[in-house]
Amino acid sequence: MKKVSSRNGNPHLSKSPTGIQGLDEITSGGFPKGRTTLICGSAGCGKTLLAIEFLVRGAREFNEPGVFVAFEETNKELTENVISLGFDLEELARQKKIVVDHVHLERSEIEETGEYDLEGLFIRIGHAISTIGAKRVVLDTIESLFSGFSNPLILRAELRRLFRWLKEKGVTTVITGERGDGTLTRQGLEEYVSDCVIILDHRVTEQTSTRRIRVVKYRGSTHGTNEYPFLIDETGFSVIPITSVGLTYEAATGRIPSGVDDLDQMLGGKGYFVGSSILVSGTAGTGKSSLAAHFSESVCRRGEKVLYFSLEESPSQVIRNMGSIGISLAPAMKTGLLMFHAMRPTFCGLEMHLTTMHRMVEAFNPSVVIVDPINSFLTGNNELEAKSMSMRLIDYLKARKITALFTSLTTGGSQLERTDIFISSLIDTWILLRDIELGGERNRGIYILKSRGMAHSNQIREFLLTDHGIKLRDVYVGMEGVLTGSARQAQEAREREDSIKRSLEIDGRKNAILRKRQVMEARIAAIKAEFEAEEAESLKILATDQDKIDNIDKERAEMAKSRKAGFEPSLENKS
Amino acid sequence: MKTKTSEPKAHPTDHKKSGNKSADKWILRLYIAGQTSKCQTAFINLTKICEEQLKGRYKIEIIDLLIDPKLSREHQILAIPTLVRKLPVPVRKIIGDLSNTERVLIGLDLKSRD
Repeated sequence: MKKVSSRNGNPHLSKSPTGIQGLDEITSGGFPKGRTTLICGSAGCGKTLLAIEFLVRGAREFNEPGVFVAFEETNKELTENVISLGFDLEELARQKKIVVDHVHLERSEIEETGEYDLEGLFIRIGHAISTIGAKRVVLDTIESLFSGFSNPLILRAELRRLFRWLKEKGVTTVITGERGDGTLTRQGLEEYVSDCVIILDHRVTEQTSTRRIRVVKYRGSTHGTNEYPFLIDETGFSVIPITSVGLTYEAATGRIPSGVDDLDQMLGGKGYFVGSSILVSGTAGTGKSSLAAHFSESVCRRGEKVLYFSLEESPSQVIRNMGSIGISLAPAMKTGLLMFHAMRPTFCGLEMHLTTMHRMVEAFNPSVVIVDPINSFLTGNNELEAKSMSMRLIDYLKARKITALFTSLTTGGSQLERTDIFISSLIDTWILLRDIELGGERNRGIYILKSRGMAHSNQIREFLLTDHGIKLRDVYVGMEGVLTGSARQAQEAREREDSIKRSLEIDGRKNAILRKRQVMEARIAAIKAEFEAEEAESLKILATDQDKIDNIDKERAEMAKSRKAGFEPSLENKS
Repeated sequence: MKTKTSEPKAHPTDHKKSGNKSADKWILRLYIAGQTSKCQTAFINLTKICEEQLKGRYKIEIIDLLIDPKLSREHQILAIPTLVRKLPVPVRKIIGDLSNTERVLIGLDLKSRD
């Protein structure tokens, strides 16, 4: 058979795509073409389904007809089992795209009497391949041969020959095997299949089951080595690889208001970034859901769609509760802009939730997704799963440029700057709501722990739930620490009093000066008056004296006149 | 495909051995895939056993799957060689080159399992 891969792995091994969402990504293209792939796992983990989907998709999508050799189920059973997944085997058989061959094996009906080989099986498979020109073959599960025949030596030799023969035929083969004790398969099939081994697993932890897939080995190809969760639902198999998104999404620069004006102010004046992930964390009753509802309502008011995953409350309960603080969500629901999806976290496994969310997002195409609260996925000790699930959800929403708001309940006693679900590092904007206990009351404080790519406020603000929604108040920050609620009001009153007192004091001083001035001026006036009085007195005396002098002169003159003597006024008196 | 049919003897006179009930006609089919040594050995062994046990009452049909491969599916044949007792009912399947005569007799119900 042709082998194209060279030492450096380029050109790559040619692959046979499975067409299964996610699986082709983790196997970088599908199963090895022309080689054998082993799918193993315990009972009920989906081996047969994966194999059959490989065939059906091959026939439908890649024009590669396939042969299904069923050792366990009859054709009828098989057809019935997969019709619910939308695979019509009978129709495909009519179109000569698929041949289903049920191999009936009953140990009790067979007597072994010497040397034999499995040439009959080879002929069967060969005939089936040649009638439809098959490119894919599934043997499900070939281990049944071991219960049909008693001579393992012959069987093992024949199996080795069979796989070699299938390779020579150039068909891509998938064999399934039941998980054994300590080995991948009960009969050690892995030793015959060295090209690609895939393990399926079905684990139940905390009463919820998760299916997982892992590529154990893939010779000549890179592959994802992690365990990836997968789902089986009405559309078949789907694997959700964590790596499917990667960190390649573009960063948007548009902004989307948070619905609370004051909060927008804190977020650099414009609100969140479009397509960013916002985490609102806080202890119970701090108003996380209210913030989420505010956001939803404002987004809907601008005519955009919101998908609200409510994990703890029913939609009507949310609507009622939000109505009590003046946020009315019902109109948006009526217009179809707001869609609620309430589900219990324990209703199904995390993967099922994730896929449900994926599917709803795909169908509804919202611009905002709200998960309230995201940490309810954390049940028991499934931290790792919950984290990986949240991570994938965030990645997925980011890739689709959907703004996502998650709320997270911080349990009492634990550190606030920590989320139980460990997603804080993936979050772009983290708003922390906290209780501030002071002076016998409990008030809500809000602050922005981080907000990537914007100048955000570093203030702690007080957060009030009023009849008209959320209002933010400045808290009192001073020598007394951070004060909120009535303590803040008391402090504010105290401050008001102080300032009144101060202004009164100033007035008092002003008056005092005024008074002093008045006193001074009064004094000046008094002195002046005294002086004036004295002056007047003096003048009067002076005038009297002059009069006297004048009178003497006059008398003398008159006397001289009467004596008829010459008169010379004395010099001294004239001056 | 019937490629070779042994001639049943004219007189089914001899009543051999144990539990085989009288004059029923035996139809035995031997599935082979080409003239391999295993298939030839099987045919030789089969003929020998039949001659000894069912003389005159049997018919062997040989089906070569290489000639008509679809019969492998229709007749549910995996191992080669496979001997199928078509008649008398119930159908019995024996695989291998029939070298273990004891087991062949048991398989054909010509000898009871103890």
